[in-house]
Amino acid sequence: MIEAASAALGEGRGGEPPSLASLSAQGIGVSSAGDWIALLKPRVMTLVVFTGLVGLLVAPGHLHPILAFTAVLCIAVGAGAAGAINMWYDRDIDAVMRRTKNRPIPAGRIRAGEALGFGVTLAVASVLVMGLATNALAAAVLALSIAFYVFVYTMWLKRRTPQNIVIGGAAGAFPPVIGWAAVTGGLDVMPVLMFAIIFFWTPPHFWALSLWAHTDYQRAGVPMLPVVAGATETRRQIVLYTLLLVPLSLLPWMLHQTGAIYGLSALVLGLGFLASVWRVARDRQDAAGVSLTGDAPAKAAFKFSILYLFVLFAALAVDRMIG
Amino acid sequence: MGMNPKQLPPLSRDESKLVARRRRGRNIAMLIVLIALSGLFYAVAMVKLTKPDLAP
Repeated sequence: MIEAASAALGEGRGGEPPSLASLSAQGIGVSSAGDWIALLKPRVMTLVVFTGLVGLLVAPGHLHPILAFTAVLCIAVGAGAAGAINMWYDRDIDAVMRRTKNRPIPAGRIRAGEALGFGVTLAVASVLVMGLATNALAAAVLALSIAFYVFVYTMWLKRRTPQNIVIGGAAGAFPPVIGWAAVTGGLDVMPVLMFAIIFFWTPPHFWALSLWAHTDYQRAGVPMLPVVAGATETRRQIVLYTLLLVPLSLLPWMLHQTGAIYGLSALVLGLGFLASVWRVARDRQDAAGVSLTGDAPAKAAFKFSILYLFVLFAALAVDRMIG
Repeated sequence: MGMNPKQLPPLSRDESKLVARRRRGRNIAMLIVLIALSGLFYAVAMVKLTKPDLAP
């Protein structure tokens, strides 16, 4: 899940006077504007907005810049709304995880009901505005992506199966499809390929993070793969998914949907990603699979995975605009 | 919202200042959002009215 990007960067704020939580419980508004922005998971939003924008740029046809801006804004707000509802639902586990305990709800700066109302309002508004500014298909896919993240990932899969981010990762793969649909009013092979690339990128990206953050998940009872199957199996799965991702990322070039700029970029980036996850698999570890290097290769692979997706999609946009 | 203000324990001077500062920050942020949304809706309406063929 793209959520992992924010996870490693450490969202949340600390250093509040402890009395603030009790003031909030008494109905005194102690939240800052920044707390409401934090509910939208702005760092997650960055990647969502970027991939959505690329979907919009590579689509054939033309959308007025104001409508295009509105579409990207709706994608961002929709993703943020899903993030706010996620924080409302996960407030119990957020409170026991180190990296999330200072989020606005567990820290007591925003009450749970307020966060839910905020998220639902923004979700409905983003879908309505998307429909009014562009078309019904883009609005429907946006609604589907929000619903998928909230109901399928957050409420159903996250606490039940180590496959949570494999299936739930689909929610983060929708933005380029929405961008494409906003311009064309339809779907084609290219948005499906963009969806598939993000879908197969998510597991190695997120599992690289969970390798070194698994104690947090263990404490919260979230069945992430390293918690359930161990670090060795997680490293194996990371390599397997990357082996699937790299040829998949070359498909747009092979199917003549893009030119050599994208194709060569995908090849070089893919080899870099493979080298990165290979180092994760070869990391020095004890008999239980626990890293003896402080999971340095996993941290490096996580960072590279973010760079990989950004540059891959940037190359896609440049290729389609030049070609 | 919440309980009757008369039942609340008194806030310290620092807490009062903090709550007031944050309320002001939220109000300013809300004002900016509302103005921006008004401008956006106006612009979208103008585009839709003058160039209806640009949207799919």
